[in-house]
Amino acid sequence: MKTFRIGGIHPAPDKITAGKLIVAVAPSGQLRILLSQSIGAPAKPVVKAGDTVLPGMMIAEAGGFVSAPVHSPCAGTVAKIEKIRNTKGLWQEAIIINVDEQADQNVPERPRTPEEIEALTADRLIGIISDAGIVGLGGATFPTRVKLSVPEGKKAEYIIINGAECEPYLTCDDAIMRIHATEIIRGAELLKRASGAEHIIVGIEANKPEAIDAMRQAAAQYAGVDVVKLKMKYPQGSEKQLIDSLTGRRVPPGKLPIDVGCIVDNVATAFAVYEAVYLGKPLTHRVLTVTGPEVADAGNFLVPFGLSLASIIDRAGGLPDDTGKVIAGGPMMGQAVADLDAPNAKGTSGILIIPAKMSERKPTGPCIRCAKCVDACCMGLEPYLLMTLAQNALWEEAKKHSAMSCLECGSCSFICPADRPILDFIKLAKSRIKAMK
Amino acid sequence: MSVITVSILILGITGIIAAVVLYIVAKKFHVYENPDIARIEEILPGANCGACGFSGCHAFAKACAEAKSLEDLQCPGAGQEGMEQIAAIRGLTAGTLTRRVAIVGCNGACAYRHEATHYDGVRSCAIEAGYYGGETPCVYGCLGCGDCVSVCPHDAIAMDDETHLPVVDFSKCVGCGKCADACPHNVIEIATLSDEHPLVYVACRNKDKGGIAIKECDVSCIGCGKCKRACPVDNAVTVSEFLAHIDPALCIGCEKCVEECPRHSIHSLTV
Amino acid sequence: MNNLTVSLSPHIHSRNSITREMWNVIIALIPALAVAIWTFGLPALAVIAVCLATCVLCEWLIVRFLFHRPSTIADGSAIITGLLLAFNLPASIPLWMAAVGSVVAIAIAKMSFGGLGRNIWNPALTGRVFLLISFPAAMTTWPEGVASGVAHISGASAHANSGATLLTTLNAHPGMDLDSVNILNLLTGNMNGSLGEVGSLAIIIGLIYLLATKTIKWQIPVSILASAAFFSFIFGGNPLLDLLAGGLMLGAVFMATDYVTSPMTAKGQIIYGILIGMITIIIRRFGSYPEGVSFAILLMNSFVPLINRYCRPRVFGERRAAK
Repeated sequence: MKTFRIGGIHPAPDKITAGKLIVAVAPSGQLRILLSQSIGAPAKPVVKAGDTVLPGMMIAEAGGFVSAPVHSPCAGTVAKIEKIRNTKGLWQEAIIINVDEQADQNVPERPRTPEEIEALTADRLIGIISDAGIVGLGGATFPTRVKLSVPEGKKAEYIIINGAECEPYLTCDDAIMRIHATEIIRGAELLKRASGAEHIIVGIEANKPEAIDAMRQAAAQYAGVDVVKLKMKYPQGSEKQLIDSLTGRRVPPGKLPIDVGCIVDNVATAFAVYEAVYLGKPLTHRVLTVTGPEVADAGNFLVPFGLSLASIIDRAGGLPDDTGKVIAGGPMMGQAVADLDAPNAKGTSGILIIPAKMSERKPTGPCIRCAKCVDACCMGLEPYLLMTLAQNALWEEAKKHSAMSCLECGSCSFICPADRPILDFIKLAKSRIKAMK
Repeated sequence: MSVITVSILILGITGIIAAVVLYIVAKKFHVYENPDIARIEEILPGANCGACGFSGCHAFAKACAEAKSLEDLQCPGAGQEGMEQIAAIRGLTAGTLTRRVAIVGCNGACAYRHEATHYDGVRSCAIEAGYYGGETPCVYGCLGCGDCVSVCPHDAIAMDDETHLPVVDFSKCVGCGKCADACPHNVIEIATLSDEHPLVYVACRNKDKGGIAIKECDVSCIGCGKCKRACPVDNAVTVSEFLAHIDPALCIGCEKCVEECPRHSIHSLTV
Repeated sequence: MNNLTVSLSPHIHSRNSITREMWNVIIALIPALAVAIWTFGLPALAVIAVCLATCVLCEWLIVRFLFHRPSTIADGSAIITGLLLAFNLPASIPLWMAAVGSVVAIAIAKMSFGGLGRNIWNPALTGRVFLLISFPAAMTTWPEGVASGVAHISGASAHANSGATLLTTLNAHPGMDLDSVNILNLLTGNMNGSLGEVGSLAIIIGLIYLLATKTIKWQIPVSILASAAFFSFIFGGNPLLDLLAGGLMLGAVFMATDYVTSPMTAKGQIIYGILIGMITIIIRRFGSYPEGVSFAILLMNSFVPLINRYCRPRVFGERRAAK
């Protein structure tokens, strides 16, 4: 079985919701849609208070090259455009829409015929993907259009479809692969055409046999599509590690996957591309996993953007009495939520609710130089050293020791027998090094 | 020859050779340094706090030893007295010391500002601020982890156990600004004290609209502008982004705004 | 509902803890402990008890009254130091010497650097070497009458019965005939020596346990043993004898692998291991001490920061030439 070559850890998978179907959640009440849902510039609103919006209508346009437009997931009227708190409790601009619950909330389909799709040029495809507001749905929310625009002098050879889903607990990608395998492969074919790549490789961790079977069946109809079973090891789904696992190529520090001829897209992104091109539907909903040891009806939900996390959790049986921490995303790289009224956005791949006992960190001990963090680091760094450098504010030294290569996967903090907050300090070092420039 | 004589001879000769080598090296690599520098450095506190504007006490001593006038050179750590001593060494006159102190621009004690979340990470303001706005709804105020305390070279700042806010010991603070640099929310600022009037400052950083700010903290500035209206000096108090600002250059220290402020977020300080 | 807890990622943690790692080592030491008591009887038990008690007490006193910090006894590191020090002493050593060695190990070698994780030299070995230099006679006198394994060596039985280890004998009589040495005796502890070094088989069981629980990695023990066997062969010795008789197994498995005083990267660990093996054999062949493991390990402990500096892991995607 294929895997990446250095580092990695083996957290318990805890995929409580594996095998669950996708339950659709209808928009209701008020949707508060953040303008900044992707990396890069926030989108610019093209509606104003009082405007009527329809499902799938663009409500904000891209605010720059690295930016993505935002579409309304519902029918209703724009109440106002104001700053609201995001999941971290920080203020961010959002469009508030009062949902018209009488109206049809389905995003209308404008299907293209096979001939039309056949006739689309690469530029036109990238245009459609861009207009649909598609960003990387694995969590990084990098606009897909930017990835597909291969710079002059470089060539894309592989489209890598990321179905690793190495984060514990999360099963949304698994669910999409089991249920929409054909659509994902079609989406991947479109990505291949748009970028001029030659091969498609789908990488899936071995703990998702049903997804692997479904994807293999769907891929059988196409030439040049490989579905590869990957060893269970975190962070298998990290872009650079996945490229290493599947192609044996290594992205040099500070370079992008395209520099080694690869473009990596999440399965959910490929599915969104399919919907945009085949059905003419922009990105207004996403599948996310609501899970946790105490959650009553944990499951995978198809949720419109802009619903508050609290109302999504209600669909999964409500917030358990024993709630210590709520995490947007997975337990390894997700962000602890400070405000449950904050809306979900394109990057929210899951809501993990963990009980109080599991959410407190244990007291920190002294570094015993066991080197477990060095062995676990998949980027070949020395986390213990970076932490010490950051504690002593030696930012230049930290930069020399490649702090900027850190993926923030969290393996070092996870493995540390002394419970040292290694990643906290590496993140601090990274932000200081960025500020130095 | 007995063993003892041989041992003494060998050790003696080794000692003499070493002494000669050391002497030659010391002569050859001798660097002349103005003796004033060492004498001045003895007067300085040696905290290397940088309040003087130099990289450290040695650099400041060097500057004092070489300067033609001491008018612009000040070490608040050594104080007026110390500067007089330095002036005596150089045979010059010392300037008048400008008294600067660190002031805490947040009054949001635990009793006024309620926790909405519980931060369980490293007790470091820098790391906490890198993630989110803090445990209370106010994302502008003091985070309470005490980064300012750990950087202070003069041991002049401490966290109050009850309010979880830093408290400056003005008898020790020299206004070097290390705490102000360390504060990720820029809550701490360095202010110049005046001999004539008290220092009046806004002890709030909240830029949210009044309606929101009022909910976030009991002593937040809501930008109501009463202070601006009460102020007898034009433009000494301005309100922008729902937050009052006092221009220290124009403030006459009448304390009218302190009395008027309905939120008790303007304070006055006499050291 | 209580306030939500917020912290930076990751939000889950492995079940690793310092205590767990240390207790794994203690468990791995149990077979060797049993062999020591079986071979040397009550005196061994007394030495072990004194070392353990002194180490733990010493650490507790220093942490409590000098550092004013919560007790660190429960993490098990002082227990390991005590056990390992006892394993490095002859059963016949006066008990007060064992106590002095324990104080040196904890107070000087460990706590004076700031406690667990900060020491440069292995505490137990520092204690042992201190005793070896201060009380050479007591440290190289072995109990009589237990050395049936040694007694089997033709022509060396006189030495053996007067309480010499196989290596001492070998050091004094380089040309002696080794064909009759019973390897089985060396494996099962039927020979003379320090408490912990006599039962090679027990140490191997401990090694397997440590590897299985991923407490240590294979690099250090394997490279030490391989290098020692290689250099023993080069210098005309009997590799098997060099590995099994004496403290090499104990050193390679439990002493050199001490987290704090060994290198961080696999490459560094192999270099460290090879050099320990080499120095050990050089001391055994060309030095006046019959045993060289302690010195070799302490010497290499000093080089660990240097090894760490030059054996960095390679950053992902960085080319070798880019260095």
